[in-house]
Amino acid sequence: MYNFNFEPVFAGFDQLLLGAWLTIQLSVAAMIIGLIVSIACAAGKTSGIAPLRFLIDAYIEVIRNTPFLVQIFFIFFGLPSLGIFLTPNSAALVALVVNFGAYGTEIIRAGIESIQKGQIEAGTALGLSKLQIFRYIIMKPALRTVYPSLTSQFIYLMLTSSVVSAISADDLAAAGNNLQSQTFASFEVYIVITIMYLVMSVGFSTIFSAIEKAAFKYPLSR
Amino acid sequence: MPLIRPFGINEFWIIVLAAQWTIALSAIAFAGGGIGGLLIALMRVSDAKWPRLIATGFIRVFQGTPLLMQLFLVFFGMNILGFAINPWLAATVALTLHASAFLGEIWRGCIEAVPPGQREAATALGLRYFNRMRYVVLPQASKIAVAPTVGFLVQLIKGTSLAAIIGFTELTRQGQIINNATFSPFMVFGTVAAVYFVLCWPLSVLARRMEIRFSRATAR
Repeated sequence: MYNFNFEPVFAGFDQLLLGAWLTIQLSVAAMIIGLIVSIACAAGKTSGIAPLRFLIDAYIEVIRNTPFLVQIFFIFFGLPSLGIFLTPNSAALVALVVNFGAYGTEIIRAGIESIQKGQIEAGTALGLSKLQIFRYIIMKPALRTVYPSLTSQFIYLMLTSSVVSAISADDLAAAGNNLQSQTFASFEVYIVITIMYLVMSVGFSTIFSAIEKAAFKYPLSR
Repeated sequence: MPLIRPFGINEFWIIVLAAQWTIALSAIAFAGGGIGGLLIALMRVSDAKWPRLIATGFIRVFQGTPLLMQLFLVFFGMNILGFAINPWLAATVALTLHASAFLGEIWRGCIEAVPPGQREAATALGLRYFNRMRYVVLPQASKIAVAPTVGFLVQLIKGTSLAAIIGFTELTRQGQIINNATFSPFMVFGTVAAVYFVLCWPLSVLARRMEIRFSRATAR
């Protein structure tokens, strides 16, 4: 019979807490930058410039149809042969941004397409500039429509970020790998880490629905 | 023989052929996940409270934790239960459980999308739970389910790449091995990514087409 030994795990718990904090930082940073990339790509995709649309489509299809692990290996091990050297942590951030950007673009584009043409025409009639129309008439209601998909994509991003431990970037999973190799209590370490990820994803979805209630109080137009 | 061999046509084929293990792992996990997913979906919409709670908890845990951790837990957990360390078996079990949770949640949505009048009519005709599901609800739900299920298959194929981290030699792990011998990561991981793309892209396109066709067929 196996004797569970959680003592070394709790002795190194501060390492795990630090790892969890790094995971949160990494995911939030990747989401914010990824969101900017998504909005830019979605704007490019709906712009009607054919070569630009083709490039963005190719980016989305390549990212969505290859595993994140291979993407991060390509960025961390492959890019140095092009002269681009990244530390594990920055490679992790770049990979997560590139990955989130592809999924985010599709989500934002769906939101933009949900805006009726009449709204944009009304904005033009009121003499708003193109940027003002994009910001107030398209983006604001579009973000509200896609908010639920964006938040679940963020939680998916946070869970996926555990894969960055494979290139020994600093995050919760990597903190677990270190603790595991010091204590040999593999199962105990990973069960505690898994529970920590679960707490983080439940915590974030609670925070997100609280934000949704507070930020989107104004009534829908329909 | 030189220490570092060049990346040539042989290395290319070794990587391409490793895709058979990715396909095998995906197929087994998909088949197992199909059975488990149906069970979870049926439990999730059952009239009894306990099956519903257990299914909800199962889905929560597997959708709220990283696949990588699920793989690690099964890998090290099997050792604790007295099995020898076996990456093949661990990857199969973990991916099957993972697929069960995701397919269970997808199919629950499809079952609930069948208009409630159908279920009520079946109940009025005297059909009990099993026959009601078997002859009335599931045949209609399965039509709705095809497109998202194919979409999930893409996610599952990509997920099998994580089996490389626990040492199962599929496409990604074979890429790492070849990279250690040739040290041309750009070519190696480019090839690996291309093989995944060839596997996943047709499925993604198929899923999207089916979704469009389905929404056109049901739009009134």
